[in-house]
Amino acid sequence: MARIAGVDLPVSKRIDIGLTYIYGIGYWSARNILQKTGIDASVRVKDLLEEDIVKLRETIDRDFKVEGDVRREVSLSIKRLIDTGTYRGSRHRRGLPVRGQRTKTNSRTRKGKRASIGRAKK
Amino acid sequence: MPRSVHKGPFVDTHLAKKVERMNETREHKLIKTWSRRSTVVPDMIGLTFAVHNGKKFIPVYITENMVGHKLGEFSPTRFFKGHGHARTEKSVALK
Repeated sequence: MARIAGVDLPVSKRIDIGLTYIYGIGYWSARNILQKTGIDASVRVKDLLEEDIVKLRETIDRDFKVEGDVRREVSLSIKRLIDTGTYRGSRHRRGLPVRGQRTKTNSRTRKGKRASIGRAKK
Repeated sequence: MPRSVHKGPFVDTHLAKKVERMNETREHKLIKTWSRRSTVVPDMIGLTFAVHNGKKFIPVYITENMVGHKLGEFSPTRFFKGHGHARTEKSVALK
């Protein structure tokens, strides 16, 4: 069982992919971690040695911001935008796209399920 | 693509001059400006700007958190009053 930063890694995947299951670690940082620890990226998670797992854990603890910390950082940044009264903050508050996309159509990811006219949105 | 770091933050010179004068005299008057494109720099903290939104001037008090943003970001140019219905109390309040 490879449990790193409070996340169970998928057992049968390569470790470079497996690490990306941790929030805050993408493929790039996964490769970075493996390089630092000197672990071969093509090893499957289940074939990892216990000491390798310890090494991974240490590296991530030391050099990377993951899971809760990243989530907190993100929500703080959003809160800052809202509190300082920026345009971007107001878009976040209303749940609309923030980066200038069109809203006449699409934007369903931000707006959620289609609502009939007379959307009661505050 | 973001602006090159070596250029430093962009502030309209006329605005930068005003800010400098304000900080020298320690007087905190409202600075009226149309320069929405100017970046908020640390020198501006504590000052209040009246930023034009195309129609009127919106007062913006600069705090530490605003550094790095553009002045225009704090002065919305559109007011959404909601769809349908005649104006309700709520939509007027938003304005």
